[in-house]
Amino acid sequence: MSDLLPSAGMAYQGADAQGFFGPYGGSFVPETVVPALQELTAAFEARDESFERELAGLLRDYVGRPTPLYRADNLAAAVGLGRVYLKREDLAHTGAHKINNTLGQCLLAKRMGKKRVIAETGAGQHGVATATTCALLGLECAVFMGVEDIRRQALNVYKMRLLGAEVVPVEEGGGTLADAVTAALRHWVERVEDTFYCIGSAVGPHPYPTMVRTFQSVIGEETIAQIAEKGIGRVDAVVACIGGGSNAIGTFYPFVVGVPQADRPLLVGAEAAGMGLDTDRTGASMTLGTPGVMHGFYSYLLQDDAGNPLEAYSISAGLDYPGVGPEHAYFKDEGIVRYEAVTDAEALAAFAQLTRLEGIIPAIESSHALALLPRLAAELGTEATVVVTVSGRGDKDIDIVREAGL
Amino acid sequence: MALESRQALAHAFSHGRPALVTYLVAGFPDRATSIASIRAAATAGADLIELGVPYADPLADGPVIVDAANVARSAEGGFGLAETLALAAELTADEAMPPLALMTYLNPMLRYGLPRLAADAAAAGIGGFIVPDLPPDNRMTGTWLAAAEPLGIDTVFLATPTSTPERLRTVAEASAGFIYVVSSVGVTGERGDLPPELADLVERVRHERVDGPPIAVGFGVSTPEQAASVARIADGVIVGSAIVKRQRDPGKVAAFVTLLAEAVHGA
Repeated sequence: MSDLLPSAGMAYQGADAQGFFGPYGGSFVPETVVPALQELTAAFEARDESFERELAGLLRDYVGRPTPLYRADNLAAAVGLGRVYLKREDLAHTGAHKINNTLGQCLLAKRMGKKRVIAETGAGQHGVATATTCALLGLECAVFMGVEDIRRQALNVYKMRLLGAEVVPVEEGGGTLADAVTAALRHWVERVEDTFYCIGSAVGPHPYPTMVRTFQSVIGEETIAQIAEKGIGRVDAVVACIGGGSNAIGTFYPFVVGVPQADRPLLVGAEAAGMGLDTDRTGASMTLGTPGVMHGFYSYLLQDDAGNPLEAYSISAGLDYPGVGPEHAYFKDEGIVRYEAVTDAEALAAFAQLTRLEGIIPAIESSHALALLPRLAAELGTEATVVVTVSGRGDKDIDIVREAGL
Repeated sequence: MALESRQALAHAFSHGRPALVTYLVAGFPDRATSIASIRAAATAGADLIELGVPYADPLADGPVIVDAANVARSAEGGFGLAETLALAAELTADEAMPPLALMTYLNPMLRYGLPRLAADAAAAGIGGFIVPDLPPDNRMTGTWLAAAEPLGIDTVFLATPTSTPERLRTVAEASAGFIYVVSSVGVTGERGDLPPELADLVERVRHERVDGPPIAVGFGVSTPEQAASVARIADGVIVGSAIVKRQRDPGKVAAFVTLLAEAVHGA
């Protein structure tokens, strides 16, 4: 296996032809959908200039990219860092980074001649982004969502319906993100001939992790360009939150492949510790998981002794996933990215802090990344410069935050 | 420990007539009843028992099998791969028991450890494995086959209506014991009608490996009439959800499998 890994002198190249990042990733799915994945891989690899031009135009004029890199001085002073910059994905159309990926995938679906798109959603952000994109492109849309998440994210459910999507409630399991992915995959096995599955995170069988990362890399590419344009100089750390890991991989990947290791900032992913790492109410698959296969890929996984995936928990409906994108698992093992766990309470405190100090209400997911700032201040010192990807805005989380007593 | 010839999957297809393959969920609704139902199926004429390992995230299964697996898993201490191996060992000790194939998803196998699993499965007299999320052409597959093949354990791969000719060839060439042809797209469960293209699909699979292992058809076969029509075009017929629905009552399993066996063996 080691011959498949990049050697010390070689630049990191991403997945191999079977979709493996080191030992992680691959494609472990029922044979029925294998031809569809092969067709998708071919279409993805055949993206041409007209595709890139159409996508770039939509990202600029429809999504509002580039999103700003905002210097948050009030926050920096409060957490004890020199400078904090926020990559404002919350200002993207629909209020989160998810639309970068849904535009890419749905344009691909359209070019493949598919008329119908399905998606899973946790917090509802990917569901809303998919429903929005399908409205724009004239595609039929069905979104699978766990019943617990439907309860927690009523606003997004209503938005999806307004946008013309069917929201399919998933009762199985804990009624959260992982159950929605399973239901969507199972549905895809039934309707594979006319349906395109638009996965929202950097998970799933090959080519999804690579495809989602490619469409989300606009986050990190813009960040690198903005650091140069603004003359920011040295950046000590770049932080993003991780459920499946799409905004994080989109933030980190351009730094991994585009910045020499000696100049590269510390890259830190914030996963959900939930009620705490010493409880069974957690979503910390990187910190507590062991390698296994779920939803068609091999990666770190919260699982029991018999190999059943465990139910993950987080206050955030976007981070309560028992697995994690395979490229992140590879980055963890290789020490390319560091992953830390953040509790519900820490995330809530960070949510309140950014709201009060900067007038920016972040998603509870993004608040996990913000919660790492005091830790980084202690580690890197008061002069340090840190970039945080604010993956989405927090309007959808107002009820949760109110319930939590903020 | 090597498998006995009566435990090899090939034995099921050696009776000079189409074979009936019955799928039951290990440990459902409880251990004792599942053993009684499996024995009832064997006595009633099943030529091969496909033993489902209860799993929390069965991507290829429909509601009947999902629900049964969840009931089995809710037993005190859980019911998974280790418990299924012990149950299989108890069944195969009986010389009249037809061959057993485990149907399991990949992750319980990985968690158990592939080499250790192959050794323990052979010791339990298990003739083969059917793993819906293990593709025939992946590096993990090589690791498993290297452990299982030397012990005489067959690995069955699945051909589906969406498979391209190239995929059909890959599946047919990798399969041992038999080739599992999935009748129609979708998850396991009863269907009103089987697709008219099924006979053509079976022929295309056969064409890809003329001297290959027998071909058995499953997914959606739920009545004796459907079983008989499938038995006329394939070497074996697999019935799952329709049996699992009756699995709480070994008497009902016996009566139903008797009808299926008459239909399949007489076709």
